[in-house]
Amino acid sequence: MFKILALLFITALTAFAAGDATFEATKRELNIPAIIMFLIFIVGTLGITYWAANKTKSASDFYTAGGGISGFQNGLAIAGDYMSAAAFLGVSGLIYLKGYDGVIYAVSFLVGWPVILFFMAEKLRNLGKFTFADIAAYRLGQKEIRTLAAFGSLSVVVLYLIAQMVGAGKLIQVLFGMEYEYAVFMVGALMIIYVTFGGMLATTWVQIIKACLLLSGVSFMAVMVLYHFNFSFESLAVTAVENHTLGEAILSPGGFISDPISAISLGMALMLGTAGLPHVLMRFFTVGNAKEARKSVVYATGFIAYFWIIITIVGFGAIAFLNSAEGAQYFTEGKLFGGNNMASVHLSHMLGGNAFLGFISAVAFATILAVVSGLTLAGASAISHDIYANVINPEASDEKIVKISKLTVIVVGIVGVTLGIAFESQNIAYMVGLAFGIAASANFPILFLSIYWRGLTTKGAFIGGFIGLITAVTLVILGPNVWVQILGNKEAIFPYAHPALFSVTVAFIGIWLFSKMDSSPRAKQERELFRAQNVRANTGIGAAGAVDH
Amino acid sequence: MNDELVERIEANPKYHELVSKRNRLGIQLGAFVLLMFYAFILVIAFNKELLATKIGDNMTTIAFPIALAILVISFLTTLVYVKKANNEFEDLTNEIKNDVKDLL
Repeated sequence: MFKILALLFITALTAFAAGDATFEATKRELNIPAIIMFLIFIVGTLGITYWAANKTKSASDFYTAGGGISGFQNGLAIAGDYMSAAAFLGVSGLIYLKGYDGVIYAVSFLVGWPVILFFMAEKLRNLGKFTFADIAAYRLGQKEIRTLAAFGSLSVVVLYLIAQMVGAGKLIQVLFGMEYEYAVFMVGALMIIYVTFGGMLATTWVQIIKACLLLSGVSFMAVMVLYHFNFSFESLAVTAVENHTLGEAILSPGGFISDPISAISLGMALMLGTAGLPHVLMRFFTVGNAKEARKSVVYATGFIAYFWIIITIVGFGAIAFLNSAEGAQYFTEGKLFGGNNMASVHLSHMLGGNAFLGFISAVAFATILAVVSGLTLAGASAISHDIYANVINPEASDEKIVKISKLTVIVVGIVGVTLGIAFESQNIAYMVGLAFGIAASANFPILFLSIYWRGLTTKGAFIGGFIGLITAVTLVILGPNVWVQILGNKEAIFPYAHPALFSVTVAFIGIWLFSKMDSSPRAKQERELFRAQNVRANTGIGAAGAVDH
Repeated sequence: MNDELVERIEANPKYHELVSKRNRLGIQLGAFVLLMFYAFILVIAFNKELLATKIGDNMTTIAFPIALAILVISFLTTLVYVKKANNEFEDLTNEIKNDVKDLL
């Protein structure tokens, strides 16, 4: 491990040096405080990885940190998974650009959590072991369900990973003046180290530390903005309106949601998609019991709600500060340096100088690292636990499974880096939306119906699940984001950007129909097994790693 | 989980009390959050101007306190649920487990 460490540091130094060479081209100073703070973060997290590596022996340690994470810690980690760079930089940038429309987005991103708590969290904990496929495969055919679930998980993970990797590369390019390929390579190398050596324990702690850093950094920014306006949101709003080309329109809904169908469809994708994201779902298996699982959602919801409140203040603060005479230094040719997503980063410089800019830059980098690590672990568990340990080689020893898991992490990491570099100049705006669409249309319906519907059969879940997945992908391709913006056609065949309303409905109908039509003896047996599953889901008796009372 | 255990638990009235109470609370709170959120979305879709109403003489519109309220209320519903679940429901679950102790 130390050899890899040394190698990584050399790569990092060369990369920073290379960044120095492009300093003229990007007109960006080499940000020394940012580099120092980032190195501190790396050294700290690698220390944690070293500590976690000694505790990570079995497959259960590797996938779920042995179930020893507390509700509070897990809540922070879940919030951390959700507060990605897209959420932090993207939503504050959206508010900076469009005002209140960005706030609507933020609100829509929260409401899925209470629903997850009421219907999913404790059932997930009581029925699952390592992945969400464990639940769906509890009484259904292992081979079919695991294959489908792994397919759904991997599609979501890969799309999300590409979006994060490309974002990371571009962000680091702007923040540190580092070459794109170096940046993506470095993120990939670090995430592989965290996950292969430290498993879920290291991944969780990296996420917790980053969540704390992010929450305190953004809180500080929000307080500084409000301090400047004597803690009056009204004064902030007045200045923002004066400084924005849209004027008063930034204080009320604009063109973001134009018709009810897209509105409901987007809301559905965000809400049900959250309940189908594999890297979020796997966090419910890291706590000891249903009680802690519930607590984690309450903490996560609280942190995320608080995060959206301070992001709103930061977004409007960015309008008030950056669009002023003193803010002119952050623009080149009338455009914000590095794009609108850099709004909060530039704001940090205006509020706290180079040192605070350094801190926020390091936090943004840490955010990406923590999220891609979680994604990689989720992707690897879909291959090693669902496919290898349950379909290919059910007789495999624990030791062998851990070994395969680590190998898959490296493979997923390399795939992520390769795709990150391949998609550098592609338009990837649709990818996170598509990831949520697939999660809502394939993963969620199977998971939900396997918990609540006695009549679900393997055939129904398999066919219906694939129908949902294919519908989501097809409708996104035929929709405005891909058909018009990427393929260059004049008009979209499918008019809505978010297909969830249609693809989720199709998936549920498909699963229901094919389950109903299934009259095989196997289906009969599967329905009978529901009784025992339901008792376990409701009481936690027989749950994996449960603490007996 | 063997058949005898399943049958014993299913025959326990406390089990039915737990399941129905928890389902009822979940559905009530879930419906409340969904109604609140979709009411907000539908107002945006059909009557944007309503949310552009200013608060008194201020520049700030009512859209901001409404968004804040949705965030805070969503959080409060989770608090209500978990308070009930981690006390009442957890106690019931433990009683059920205690009743079948000999089979565990």
